[in-house]
Amino acid sequence: MESGCSKNGETCPRLLELIPQEREWQTKRKDGETHLSSEEKKLELRLGPPGDEDIWSIKVTTKNNRERDEPVISLGYLSSTNNNRKHAFKFPSPEDHNHHHPVGSVLSPSWTKNHHQNHQHLTNPPPFLHVPPTPQQSLPAMANEGSQPCCTKAANMNAEEKPFSPTANTAGPPNTSLKRIAPGPVVGWPPIRSFRKNLASSSSSKPASEPPHKAANEKKAAEPSAKFVKINMDGVPIGRKVDLKSHDSYEKLSAAVDELFRGLLAAQRDFCGGGIVKKVEEKTITGLLDGSEEYTLVYEDNEGDRMLVGDVPWHMFVSTVQRLRVLKSSELSALSLGSSKQGKIPA
Amino acid sequence: MQKRLAYSLPDEVLEHVFSFIQSDKDRNAVSAVCKSWYEIERWCRRKIFVGNCYAVSPGMVIRRFPEVRSVELKGKPHFADFNLVPDGWGGYVLPWIAEMAGAYPWLEAIRLKRMVVTDESLELIAKSFKNFKVLVLSSCEGFSTDGLAAIAASCKNLRELDLRESDVDDLSGHWLSNFPETYTSMVSLNISCLGSDEVSISALERLVSRCPNLRSLRLNRAVPLDKIANILRLAPQLIEFGTGAYSAELRSDVFSNLAGAFSNCKELKSLSGFWDVVPDYLPAIYSVCSRLTSLNLSYATIQSPDLLKLVSHCPSLQRLLVLDYIEDSGLEALASNCKDLQELRVFPSDPFGVEPNASLTEQGLVAVSLGCPKLQSVLYFCRRMSNAALVTIAKNRPNLTRFRLCIIEPRTADYLTLEPFDIGFGAIVEHCKDLRRLSLSGLLTDLVFEYIGTYAKKLEMLSVAFAGDSDLGLHYVLSGCKSLRKLEIRDCPFGDKALLANASKLETMRSLWMSSCSVSYGACKLLGQKMPKLNAEVIDERGPPGSRPESCPVEKLYIYRSVAGPRFDMPPFVWTMNEDSTLRLS
Repeated sequence: MESGCSKNGETCPRLLELIPQEREWQTKRKDGETHLSSEEKKLELRLGPPGDEDIWSIKVTTKNNRERDEPVISLGYLSSTNNNRKHAFKFPSPEDHNHHHPVGSVLSPSWTKNHHQNHQHLTNPPPFLHVPPTPQQSLPAMANEGSQPCCTKAANMNAEEKPFSPTANTAGPPNTSLKRIAPGPVVGWPPIRSFRKNLASSSSSKPASEPPHKAANEKKAAEPSAKFVKINMDGVPIGRKVDLKSHDSYEKLSAAVDELFRGLLAAQRDFCGGGIVKKVEEKTITGLLDGSEEYTLVYEDNEGDRMLVGDVPWHMFVSTVQRLRVLKSSELSALSLGSSKQGKIPA
Repeated sequence: MQKRLAYSLPDEVLEHVFSFIQSDKDRNAVSAVCKSWYEIERWCRRKIFVGNCYAVSPGMVIRRFPEVRSVELKGKPHFADFNLVPDGWGGYVLPWIAEMAGAYPWLEAIRLKRMVVTDESLELIAKSFKNFKVLVLSSCEGFSTDGLAAIAASCKNLRELDLRESDVDDLSGHWLSNFPETYTSMVSLNISCLGSDEVSISALERLVSRCPNLRSLRLNRAVPLDKIANILRLAPQLIEFGTGAYSAELRSDVFSNLAGAFSNCKELKSLSGFWDVVPDYLPAIYSVCSRLTSLNLSYATIQSPDLLKLVSHCPSLQRLLVLDYIEDSGLEALASNCKDLQELRVFPSDPFGVEPNASLTEQGLVAVSLGCPKLQSVLYFCRRMSNAALVTIAKNRPNLTRFRLCIIEPRTADYLTLEPFDIGFGAIVEHCKDLRRLSLSGLLTDLVFEYIGTYAKKLEMLSVAFAGDSDLGLHYVLSGCKSLRKLEIRDCPFGDKALLANASKLETMRSLWMSSCSVSYGACKLLGQKMPKLNAEVIDERGPPGSRPESCPVEKLYIYRSVAGPRFDMPPFVWTMNEDSTLRLS
């Protein structure tokens, strides 16, 4: 693992003075450019071996225009002694901050500007802080981004979570903010509670008077981007939730259920063995849909009846299911009228 | 001589003086004066508030404060409300109840928010606290009506049972019948979150009729409109009332019965509920409208003209929750009629729709900001906004304390100028000097964070999504916002640098949440190892972070200060970055 951190305690403190070259920290002028995505800005973060002091200390241009190495943090937080490189890193404490620096100085260090503004200017920051135009600096996001599959995936994850509908802001001129065509739903956005969703579609009495623009709008009731239903499993006290919209078939759902509970079930089995978490062999949970194995998947529909999962077309299932249960197959036969897959099970 | 007198005040006198000091901040200050004040204060503190249940252990609380009567705990981070915290994350109340059961036999009040409450916990509460009076479960989950039945059966002195917005497992509607016939002390009952067919109407009516002190009653959607009149007549002393579904066939007898019942309630100040509203039944509440200070129409899917008419009847309104069906015209009417308005929340009726389905724009909010001089708290969902509007709002309403704006489409620019909203939000923080809570949205660069760091000195909670350009943004906030307690960030290009450079700031805050950002596993480990007073937890459902390179960004990161050390109830997808738990990292 490429980490200099664990080598010895001495190096770790210095690594925390993670201030790159001064130039990378200047704010960029937007200049009408479209918003850059996170991929395009790459922050070069190298947890390098000790001795790479040049990387980590910032070149501070003082008033005399003399360059000297100085951790930028010391301007903002630490006491003005510059001995910190030698001994254990002293973390900034609130008192230091208050004593040494008036409000404005927070903005003064090279984080923001080229030292054109220093402490004196900023005691009364002007309403519009001037951001000097600087050359666009492309900051690398993660080291080794290309070579590590997971990092690529992470970057892709960020790329996919773009505006979730391709055409919005129909009132007014088209938006030039960065819009990818991929409209995938964004988890947890907009930030409203689940009980506030589906209001437009679920109210039993439609609004009394249809406004003209709505009548012209042929779209059906809004499709929520997720449908979370609760799922409990026999023998596991803590229930989970599964988003049905992220699966498109019973097989995928079954696999997801297995993933959700496999670990929990193993943990349950181990629970009696004491507090230490040790690795218990996790058994795959299979046969949920055909009653062939230890567990079977059932659900409650919107009429409160308990049904075997798998009987109706997937879309119909998704629209009527209210909650799921993973029952022991042995209990199932006690409930059902027979071993047939048809019919409802009395709840 | 005089000096010694001051130091020899008897303990009872000091205790009596301290009893007038209720706020936690003041109490903490008192306890820091000297050892004897610390001792006296800790024995007479009756209420404790733990903003993060993992910041301290129940044992520590009990050891310091042996005579507590009221406990308030909060569990999951706020973003759990939007499904960003996977199920099973934690926030279990049982360990607290178990320890308090032995230590605080006279406990009277438990208030929980975003915690996992099991039936077992509720049963333990029911049998452990003989004088139990108040149970508030806000946005909690994990329990069923069985647990409620236990509470109802055993808590003879229960005054308040408030289940606001909790997720309750529906097993049986008969738990209400568990309140014995001898039970008469209900003052506040909120069951609005219960699912369909939860509650036996006759049990409800019997309960209401024998509780003369009932002042607040919020029913659930399943209670039909034609039962409301009867219930109201049984409790004309109500101050707060929440209806069920507000719809029925149009019948004049039902209407007049309802109108009569409402007019009987001379003290009614707050109304809520209003699911499935049939507009023709709205005039039934006109008789109480002039006294209403709080109105929650956030489930009422009725159109602007009806909403407009309704709010025009409510000149005393201080708090309004409503859907965007109210439209700009309705908000303009609100602005001219309701001069006492302090809080406004406008929710989207169709949050996932591609096109706006109601004519609600920035104009409505501008109108309210102009017309309502006491407006302090705003939550506003809309589809377009302009910097000009934000600047106007900021200048109109420098007394804003909470401003949460959600422009529904992420990264939307100012529709007039196509610019980011840096200037608009900058104006908000510059003018509203008492701003305590801010939620950002729309297209935003690092500049907005510079403004926030410069001006938002009283800001305690900041929510950020799809904003910023670089670590600079995060640095401005962490280094500038003196009063910051809670910071929650999602989908922003913030990485390791600002976080590590401002590590000590995190010890002055309650918590930091970062999801879908660029913080590397290595940085998280560094934080966890170097900052023993912080719990740095990585939430990653892809598997152990140790199985990927250290530079790989984590899915979600939750850092909070704690004196209790790393927790032991983490699910498989949560890893602590603290040194002594490195065993789990592989």
